[in-house]
Amino acid sequence: MKRFSRFLLWATGCAIFVAVAVSPAISADKIKMGFVFSMTGGAASYGVSQKEGAQLAVDQINAAAGSGMQVTPIFEDDASVPQQGTNVYNKLINGDKVAVVIGPTLSNTAKITNPIAQQIGVTVLGVSNTAGGITEIGDYIFRNSLTEAVVIPNTIRVAKEKLGLKKVVLFYGNDDAFTKSGADVFRKVLQAEGIQILGEQTFAKGDRDFSPQLTQIKSQSPDAIICSALVEEASGIVSQARQLGIAKNVRIVGGNGFNSPALIKNAGEAAEGVIVGAAWNFSSTNPLNVKFVDDYTKKYNHPPDQFAAQAFAGVFIVYQAAKSAGTADNRKAIRDAMLKIKGIDTLLGKFSFTEGRDADHSPVVQEVKNGKFSVFVK
Amino acid sequence: MNLLAQQLVNGLFIGSVYGLFAVGYTLVFGVLDILNLAHAAVFTLGGLSAVWLVQAAGMSIWLAFPLATLLAGGLGLLINAAAFAPLRRRADSQFSGLISSIAMAIIFDAAALGLFGARSVRFPPGTVKVHVWQIAGVTITSLQVGIVLVATLLMLILTLFLQRSRTGKAIRTVAENERAAMLLGVNVSGIIAFTFFISSALGGAAGVLYGLYFDSLAPDMGRAIELKGLAVIILGGMGSIPGAILGGLAFGLSEVLTVAVSGTSNLRDAVAFTVLFAILLLRPSGLLGRGKLREA
Repeated sequence: MKRFSRFLLWATGCAIFVAVAVSPAISADKIKMGFVFSMTGGAASYGVSQKEGAQLAVDQINAAAGSGMQVTPIFEDDASVPQQGTNVYNKLINGDKVAVVIGPTLSNTAKITNPIAQQIGVTVLGVSNTAGGITEIGDYIFRNSLTEAVVIPNTIRVAKEKLGLKKVVLFYGNDDAFTKSGADVFRKVLQAEGIQILGEQTFAKGDRDFSPQLTQIKSQSPDAIICSALVEEASGIVSQARQLGIAKNVRIVGGNGFNSPALIKNAGEAAEGVIVGAAWNFSSTNPLNVKFVDDYTKKYNHPPDQFAAQAFAGVFIVYQAAKSAGTADNRKAIRDAMLKIKGIDTLLGKFSFTEGRDADHSPVVQEVKNGKFSVFVK
Repeated sequence: MNLLAQQLVNGLFIGSVYGLFAVGYTLVFGVLDILNLAHAAVFTLGGLSAVWLVQAAGMSIWLAFPLATLLAGGLGLLINAAAFAPLRRRADSQFSGLISSIAMAIIFDAAALGLFGARSVRFPPGTVKVHVWQIAGVTITSLQVGIVLVATLLMLILTLFLQRSRTGKAIRTVAENERAAMLLGVNVSGIIAFTFFISSALGGAAGVLYGLYFDSLAPDMGRAIELKGLAVIILGGMGSIPGAILGGLAFGLSEVLTVAVSGTSNLRDAVAFTVLFAILLLRPSGLLGRGKLREA
């Protein structure tokens, strides 16, 4: 009797093991996507938008798919720090066995976490990383966010042409991969365009007081302030610059980090006239974008930002790849299909991946006018 | 010259907010010889609730400010009742109180995150009418002047209250010697609770002013000021109120000047904390500290 019950226990154990081992095959028509966004901490205002954008895309795909391939999203919060990012990458890749990872929010985190996915062979699609050296991590790492290297030269060229910039000051965050590499690109482009850099000032993530640096900048009387910052700091910089009496005609020019309605909400009146180079424009008339802005606003009662838009597009791109690969869990086949994405219609416009797995579509230059982002004309 | 004057003015404003924050911090330390590490969380909640009162309840800032201050005071009572009072009879209540106040800080931080969301919020435009003045090339806004005035006023009231009023005297008695105060008929636990109330109310007020000045409030804003507040009260002398004010101003000025000279904010905390380190070596009781008087 005793021996029999031991056998029974053993058999049950075996059965459970087999069931667990077999279960991925049962859910083969459901693609598991892991999302790593910064939903708390310094980058929370991006992460929350990204989650909303991604959730909307998942809902729409699942509603449209019917009996076709469904998406099972698993959202994780990296708390804006690489250490936590590493934890959730391990959980998603080894525990949940996701087919792809979308994220993480910050380039800073991506540099630490993406090698984990590369080593195991899981596709990562960054939907907001714009610093250099991300897709160089390996051939499983993609991004649909235009890099600063594409957006910034375009922004400076347009701003120089329309405002006649001659001398500027560079102001940037020097403890973050995104803002720092943004500043490097700005510096290079400014030199190439023959615009004099009067001086450089820096700040750190989480700073709220920018008046000392802005006071120095004011005394140098530049034509414009070229700024590489994330939106929290950008908002503070913009409003404190005007508070300190830096004249409105001294434009503040920013990159992707500025491209969020939060900037306008936070800085209010002071944000007027800020020039922002970006990958996506809210008022783009692309039908896919109009529908997205509509659906998003209806669902969440506030307008989307670029981060929501790129996350939304990212989910569709991955889904497209999985569908053309005809698999929901073959990690390698999905990667191979991602490489073949060329000229597909997204709300960002015609979208392709470059040779280096970076995003390829046209950037825009915007200006804050009457409390809204609109295409910069002057 | 204008440049330097403007930087000094910048330092004065941030310094007065640090001072107000630190005064609350040091008050509890002066009375109880314990650090209330939930003080920064009260600072955050004070600021955030003022935004909520203005934004959602549509109050004027003149009403929201005192209400948020009172609310922060209420949080102080809660901290005392939950984190400190139950431990007071224990042998090592100073250390365990310190730890349980960290727990309160975590609870408050999480509450702020849950109630107000992770995004940073700001006062709606036009909450305070801002006039900009140019005085000899230095730009000063009415908001900045208001902040310094309010902070000075609160600190002045506190000083007078502690020196003149009966309750103020009772607080000082408890600070001097709890047992003697009890023998004199002072309601010690009531006085301690009241001290927490005032301390937290000042912390909350500092949170509102900080939020108004920088126009950006988030659940993690307390973290930036927590260590600075601690440094300020060590600099000024633990438990000394004029010391906290002086320390706050000195800290604000050192921060601003460091950034101005180096052109980067990376060295800001390094210089401030190096000064702190030097003070600890040269004058361990702080600038205006009483030294080790109370051995008993």
